[in-house]
Amino acid sequence: MLPMFSASDDPGPSFAALVSRAGLQPPVPQSTPGHNLEITHGTTVVAVRYADGVVMAGDRRATSGNLISHRDMEKVYPADRHSGVAIAGAAGPAMEMVRLFQLQLEHYEKVEGQALSLEGKANQLSMMVRGHLPMAMQGLVVVPLFAGFDLRRGQGRLFQYDVTGGRYEETNYAATGSGSLFAATVIKLGYRPNLSADDAVDLVLSALYQAADEDSATGGPDPIRGIYPIVATISSAGFDRRSDESIAARFDALLQRMSTERGGSAQTAGLSTGPTTSTGANGAQS
Amino acid sequence: MSMPFYVAPEQLMKDKADYARKGIARGRSLAALVCEEGILICAENPSNTLHKVAEIYDRIGFAGVGRFNEFDQLRIAGIRHADLKGFSYSREDVEARSLANAYAQMLGQIFTHEMKPLEVEILVAEVGESRHDDQLYHLLYDGTVVDEKRYVALGGDADSLAERIEAGWSDELTVVAALQLAVGALAGPDRTLTGDDLEVAVLERNGARRCFRRLTDPEVDAILAGAPAPAPDNED
Repeated sequence: MLPMFSASDDPGPSFAALVSRAGLQPPVPQSTPGHNLEITHGTTVVAVRYADGVVMAGDRRATSGNLISHRDMEKVYPADRHSGVAIAGAAGPAMEMVRLFQLQLEHYEKVEGQALSLEGKANQLSMMVRGHLPMAMQGLVVVPLFAGFDLRRGQGRLFQYDVTGGRYEETNYAATGSGSLFAATVIKLGYRPNLSADDAVDLVLSALYQAADEDSATGGPDPIRGIYPIVATISSAGFDRRSDESIAARFDALLQRMSTERGGSAQTAGLSTGPTTSTGANGAQS
Repeated sequence: MSMPFYVAPEQLMKDKADYARKGIARGRSLAALVCEEGILICAENPSNTLHKVAEIYDRIGFAGVGRFNEFDQLRIAGIRHADLKGFSYSREDVEARSLANAYAQMLGQIFTHEMKPLEVEILVAEVGESRHDDQLYHLLYDGTVVDEKRYVALGGDADSLAERIEAGWSDELTVVAALQLAVGALAGPDRTLTGDDLEVAVLERNGARRCFRRLTDPEVDAILAGAPAPAPDNED
């Protein structure tokens, strides 16, 4: 059956409204999950602005309590051609939110014949996070990052959210998830305005490495299984996920530099980052 | 109490059909042609903002002639149908055939039960892996579905339009040749049409997820002037 609505009841270009009209929205749980019910959680994701746009990255680990439930989870997704969304928190609802968000943007674009502005997309995600608040109160917290290339302003922009749907635009970088404190510190020390794309990728890899080093819920590079963080650049050319091979090569170089900086000794403590950020990181170390 | 006059069902249906056909004939026509690179949809449409040709889903396109508000409502209903289906099942499960049937059901229902039939004819097209997998469904105002293999002509002038396409048809049409043929057929012997008078889109057979791409007026003009095929990676 074709979904038809009377003029007063029409959901307009909103796919979320259409989904709720069609009765496909999941019910809100009435009580908190019991202790025996371990919820799968996704962990650390970051976004950094560089000269031509934004780099987004996320580790691959998902945990249930103290167990690792997935080693190759994806937490960074394209939202549409020129934006991306990264998720941390309860994995199931988070992935569902991403799927709905992607459809919401595409649905709007098709119905209206024109894509939403970047600001409009960020607000849409904010409303979805706010709509998720009752679930968050039951322990199923989802906290996304949103970044994109604003075609009207000609620059990359990034947005952080809180559980209530609060939307905070960040100028340079943002991180969310259990390892975000460590990742954000590394980025803060290594960040410079107008980084090149490669330098920005090195910076986020270094940040995720250090987060994995300190936070058990964040996964580091896994050369044995060939699992590396997902890294994507978003520029005027669109959302571009870097290949696993290129990330593996960058990680190799990064680890090489780190062990050289330590003189080959594993005993040296403290933060260390790649050469592009070495001034800041060394300054912090000494 | 007055009794309504008896009207024979044959007469009633004939009157409705005449009414719908008259409404459709007032608008301009469009054509869709299967070609090497995909499915070309070309409509005569002087407006740059009120579209007759649109994207429904990854591989599915839509086009309508007749009353704009009526086929635009059908377009939006089609997008909703497809997006809801892809959301609750999978993207692969969204097909032109089921959408065409849903349209047919709705058009038939309105034609028989409502006072006024819809004054529209619509096209649902799905591009496949090869030209043999392409699907073209031509839906009439009364819910009749016609499954076409090579090309479709819609609108009041459809018969002579189809004749002109048939005269120039070849099974090896490229998108450039298909556009030249379609524009020539839409214009007829006495007129010439330029990019400004046309709305052109292609469902591209290139493996990308979203196959629908509009050709801009300058692109169309360049093709009509005999230039080679447009760059395929022109994203808006």
